[in-house]
Amino acid sequence: MSDTVLWYTTRGAGAVSLVLLSAVVVLGVLSTLRFESASWPRFLTSALHRNVALTAIVFLALHIVTAVVDPFTHLGWLAAIVPFSSYYRPLWLGFGTVAFELLVAISVTSLVRGAIGHAAWRGIHWLSYASWPAAVLHGFGTGTDAWSAWMLVIDVVCILAVLAAICARLLARPPDPLAADRARFRDRVSRTIGR
Amino acid sequence: MWIDRTKCDAHRLCAELFPESIRLDDWGYPIIASGPIPASLLPHAQRAVDSCPVLALALRRVARRA
Ligand code: SF4
Repeated sequence: MSDTVLWYTTRGAGAVSLVLLSAVVVLGVLSTLRFESASWPRFLTSALHRNVALTAIVFLALHIVTAVVDPFTHLGWLAAIVPFSSYYRPLWLGFGTVAFELLVAISVTSLVRGAIGHAAWRGIHWLSYASWPAAVLHGFGTGTDAWSAWMLVIDVVCILAVLAAICARLLARPPDPLAADRARFRDRVSRTIGR
Repeated sequence: MWIDRTKCDAHRLCAELFPESIRLDDWGYPIIASGPIPASLLPHAQRAVDSCPVLALALRRVARRA
């Protein structure tokens, strides 16, 4: 395969990954908001969240593998595994490595959610709010297309969509209709059996 | 099908995916039909269990009576 093909694949897969990851974050937030409408049942949000996340991992794998095997970059596998270890733009490449590794942790723990329990899964899932910004920084810092108009449009749309979702989440009231009562109940139960 | 009511947060996904056995009460909490689930519906039941965001549902095998 020629170097050019590899290089274009790296760039294209990177841009696609950013779009997919942003969609995953938005869908994830929508499911915590319990968004639904007549034509959009709730399981659709969670099923999409899961499947788009898995698709994003495939594109990220493509993005990383083509970048590493490209003889022109000769980045080496270490840079793809150990953050901030690359000889080339260690900081910006490192953000990409961090984002991907967090994403893998988040995804793997989701697949074995039943085994690790809800609290641990949820704790790790909060890392999404670190992974996504790291991916965005990586794109701005070292993206070959970072400052071309089409990429900027993609960036702006992705960032606005995620920010809007996060704002909606911060402003939303607890979606569980009996949340307050149940929190009180759980609290009392844990105080009674806790000691 | 078993539910841990202290965990259930009324996400309702289970009722969307498995309406054959799960109804919702007035607050959106699930009411699960008692008794074993017919084999033909088991895949749907499993999907409902897997979809619960807080892992409140479980399927358990029941001894079959002769
Ligand atoms: S999906 Fe889980 S949390 Fe939601 S209503 Fe069903 S049992 Fe409760």
